[in-house]
Amino acid sequence: MQGKTIAIGLAAALAAGAAHAQTKLVVVSWGGAYSASQQKAYHDPYMAMNPEIEILNDDSASEGLSKLRAMAEANNVTWDLVDMIASDAITACDEGLVLEIDFDNALASAPDGTSASEDFGDMIVSECFIPQIVYSTTFGYRTDLVKTPPTTIADVFDLEKIPGKRGLEKKPLANIEWALLADGVALEDVYDMLSTREGIDRAYAKLDTIKSEVVWWAKGAVPVQLLADGEVVIASAYNGRLFSGIEEEKQPIAMMWDWQWFDLDGWVVPKGGKNTDAVMKFLRFATDTQRLADQAKYISYGPARMSSAPLVGKHATLGIEMGPHMPTAPANSKSMLPNNIEWWADYGDEMNERFNAWLAKG
Amino acid sequence: MAAIAPGQLTTADGTPLKVSFARALRRSRLKALGLVLPLFAFLLITFLVPIGDMLFRSVENQLVGRVLHRTVAALADWDPASGELPGEPVFEALVADFVEGRENRTTGRVGVRLNYELGGMSSLFRKTGRRAKRIREAPYRAAMIAIDERWGNLDVWRLVKRESDAYTASYYLAAVDLRFTAEGSIARQEEERQIYLRLFGRTLWLSLIITTLCLLLGYPISYLMATLPVRTSNLLMIMVLLPFWTSLLVRTTCWIALLQQQGVINDLLVWTGLIGEDNRLSMIHNRTGTIIAMTHILLPFMVLPLYSVMKTIPPSYMRAARSLGANPFTAFVRVYMPNTAAGVGAGSILVFIIAIGYYITPALVGGTSGTLISNFIAHHMQVSLNWGLAAALGALLLAAVLALYVLYDKLVGIDNMRLG
Amino acid sequence: MSAPAPREAFVRFADVQKSYDGETLVVKNLDLEIDRGEFLTMLGPSGSGKTTCLMMLAGFETATYGDIFLDGRSINNVAPHRRDIGMVFQNYALFPHMTVHENLAFPLEVRKLGKAEVEERVARALDMVELTGFGSRRPAQLSGGQQQRVAVARALVFEPKLVLMDEPLGALDKQLREQMQFEIRHIHERLGVTVVYVTHDQGEALTMSDRIAVFNDGVIQQISTPEGLYERPENVFVAQFIGENNRLLGTVAERNGDLCSVTVEGGLVQALAVSCGGRGEATILSLRPERVTVAPEAGSCPNVFDAVVEELIYLGDHVRSRLRLLGDEEFIVKVPNSGMHRPMHVGETVQVGWSAEDCRALDSPPSFPAAN
Repeated sequence: MQGKTIAIGLAAALAAGAAHAQTKLVVVSWGGAYSASQQKAYHDPYMAMNPEIEILNDDSASEGLSKLRAMAEANNVTWDLVDMIASDAITACDEGLVLEIDFDNALASAPDGTSASEDFGDMIVSECFIPQIVYSTTFGYRTDLVKTPPTTIADVFDLEKIPGKRGLEKKPLANIEWALLADGVALEDVYDMLSTREGIDRAYAKLDTIKSEVVWWAKGAVPVQLLADGEVVIASAYNGRLFSGIEEEKQPIAMMWDWQWFDLDGWVVPKGGKNTDAVMKFLRFATDTQRLADQAKYISYGPARMSSAPLVGKHATLGIEMGPHMPTAPANSKSMLPNNIEWWADYGDEMNERFNAWLAKG
Repeated sequence: MAAIAPGQLTTADGTPLKVSFARALRRSRLKALGLVLPLFAFLLITFLVPIGDMLFRSVENQLVGRVLHRTVAALADWDPASGELPGEPVFEALVADFVEGRENRTTGRVGVRLNYELGGMSSLFRKTGRRAKRIREAPYRAAMIAIDERWGNLDVWRLVKRESDAYTASYYLAAVDLRFTAEGSIARQEEERQIYLRLFGRTLWLSLIITTLCLLLGYPISYLMATLPVRTSNLLMIMVLLPFWTSLLVRTTCWIALLQQQGVINDLLVWTGLIGEDNRLSMIHNRTGTIIAMTHILLPFMVLPLYSVMKTIPPSYMRAARSLGANPFTAFVRVYMPNTAAGVGAGSILVFIIAIGYYITPALVGGTSGTLISNFIAHHMQVSLNWGLAAALGALLLAAVLALYVLYDKLVGIDNMRLG
Repeated sequence: MSAPAPREAFVRFADVQKSYDGETLVVKNLDLEIDRGEFLTMLGPSGSGKTTCLMMLAGFETATYGDIFLDGRSINNVAPHRRDIGMVFQNYALFPHMTVHENLAFPLEVRKLGKAEVEERVARALDMVELTGFGSRRPAQLSGGQQQRVAVARALVFEPKLVLMDEPLGALDKQLREQMQFEIRHIHERLGVTVVYVTHDQGEALTMSDRIAVFNDGVIQQISTPEGLYERPENVFVAQFIGENNRLLGTVAERNGDLCSVTVEGGLVQALAVSCGGRGEATILSLRPERVTVAPEAGSCPNVFDAVVEELIYLGDHVRSRLRLLGDEEFIVKVPNSGMHRPMHVGETVQVGWSAEDCRALDSPPSFPAAN
């Protein structure tokens, strides 16, 4: 008798499941707090409105580009939507791995009727890439371990003012620009200078002055951990990670926003995916003005639409006003260093070789 | 039944003996083949095919010739040494290729490919791809140079011509810090960009240190295990194998907690007054960290073959040597140690080969001075997407392992290797 | 064969005890003297303590109590490599990574002998064991017998005072073993070196030794020449362990000087009183099968009994007969195949007899040792 009941229940559950999730979308993102913010701001409300859609998270965005290429080569694209940083998205676009997006037709306009392409504005760096957030790589320092708080990028390179180890990301990106800025080069001259031998030499000469004191990090969680452990006194880190270190974990860390490295993260749609129509519908929802503003309730990254900025409210659990923690907040964005994606696409290989050779020199 | 020649041996039913014998033999051969076939197929798919694919990728270069097929054909009679730009037909072909490539989004990939050789090609191709369709009539050359003046640069054309072959040596050149000059001759990479030879050297050197440390640490413990009663030695064996049963990441993270400057060991040293608060040792995120963590992880691979060889050495050898007048040290060095050579060889080659291909641990604890060549292979696989270079580096690593294997065979003999 | 006993024995165990676990003794109060030039065999079942004694002598085990003297000097605190004792191991323990030549040169090299002398001695040793020309081979390329000879040569090449052999022939087949027994014996005679030999094979012990020490349960049961052991066992264990033996359980009825009468099931037997108790005490009679006569002439034997033939096994030179006699169904008699005897048949009743001197009345230990 009981067995029969269970069987019936099971059949009902299966039928219900089938009825509710006819389409499964595989969404690839970065995992952790970041995926959680997307889940709450985009996935959950969308699934509630569209019971036939089920969104599955895959946390392998850090290998997004290489896996996407492997899938394309094997002719078996199993991903429907991938979260990528802008520079990778451009490479994916060049390689023909992802679809071009017709911004004005595919995406929702702003509430006031401004077209999507205008609302995103300068954030559109590739025809394949829908910007989602702006994030920045900036500096956090131990308030209890530095005698004088750093205020400018030059202080990061000043071993006398800030003695002790510093954490930097193990790639040339941002570091060589910071080196030149700290050396007194103006922002508008940085990339012209980096396109010459002398300019690169000058950047590395500046980096040489702190090389022995640098701990290089590769994974986003590491620099905040290094700060928390006291392994370094100052470190570059993603601003969202620093926010959770300071506000959620209450570490004795403060931020220094001078010349924050300003970058974009967003969506690409793999070419050859099996649910392209469903994904485009989801994207229309997930990139509208309100949704982008909602994401900022859960993580301190700025929405990529201009129209979202005024809608950013308080943190969902901490109750902190999120506006001042955004990289785009006026107090934080006095000096900004935007990623020159084009330049890095051209010279990234060379810069990486040079950087690694420089590191390996011991 | 065929006529049987007189004098030919037959079985009881009159079949020639040779035929019956061959049939019996064939049956047992088929049976043997059936037994190994699944493994063979498995190895073929999971091992030989990927290696073949890797070797192929390290020289494969069909992209440029395929996407820019008109241009390449038109470039056939252009002499790169002439010092003159290609003629109008080449530019016309180039425009046609770009228009077609724009349709199926292939020119961007050519740009990425050529950018490995010359910085700036990526943006040149992207930009040209967007604008080439607007060119509808001659003069094509002037129009292309108007889009981007780099099309008037001889080096760009020399590069296109050079990389239009279906196979290229440029990945291998890059992997050993060489490069093609604009004129097409081979030269050393600029000094600031030389990295791979140094890394190969460092990988081999660190692997050698790790192997030696594993041997120094593993030999006594193996000896102890081989001489202790079974119950005690089993307990020791479990302790040796324990690292195998914990996740690699957990172990590596533990090393970070132990070795970092604010870590347990440094705290202990400061507390005991052996070092000052300002002189905390750097034991992680550098070469030392890689050596310590990898020695720990690879130790079982040394202990197991050593132990299995030592277990088979009868205690009577040492006793015989003692009774013949050798003091304990001489007996150990002249009698015991030579008999463990097979285990030492097997353990060392195993540890060394695993070490030179190791990747996760150096990435986590190696900092900058403790990363190995595999970390760069991973970098080119996952980040720069330069799979050709990754394949060339991997092929060189494979060649190093094979060379080592041959060397070992010459010195010790592979037959003497015992893994357990 | 035995050399005249010198005043001070060459090897002497003085009240030696050995325990591995602190609870039981594997060697109990051992006293043993070995003469210079003697070939002494320690014989006994496994676990009897014989190998432990050898290992203590070699220095690989230390005595828990007592002293061992070599050439008048206590060697308790002398390391094995300083004792100058050659040793042949059960599985030869030839060094597999060295050639025969290197194996033989090893003890000479560690003694820092000159190259010429090493060569000369190795050549002589190879010649001694008839392996000249095998010097460049590895042990694994030799047959078992050849390995054995190399092991013997290696134990002798540095001219040790004493050579120990721990069941050296155990791994060889029967024919080779017999041949090697003679070879070792001859080498011993030629060199006059003192040999202590351990085996559990009584045939080997009888063939080779000047004297044999029979071990059981950590105690030397009897030490004597081969003939003495066989002909005059002093207790049941030795009688049982050495050669074949018929056992009859009985009670001493009367002692009469060297002789005694013993009541057994179904008769009274006249026997030689060796270690039995007085009247009324239990005893075991020991009688060699070849000392029993079938159909003895009347009056030639004090002991004559009827026996039923149970089984006959033809063995060429003799017929082995199993008889039922005096309540014993396993009574063995070896009948020489000499033509003087008329053939027996299974089931018939025959008369058998033996002299009183051949029938030894021994003590009856509470726990009877198992026959070997």
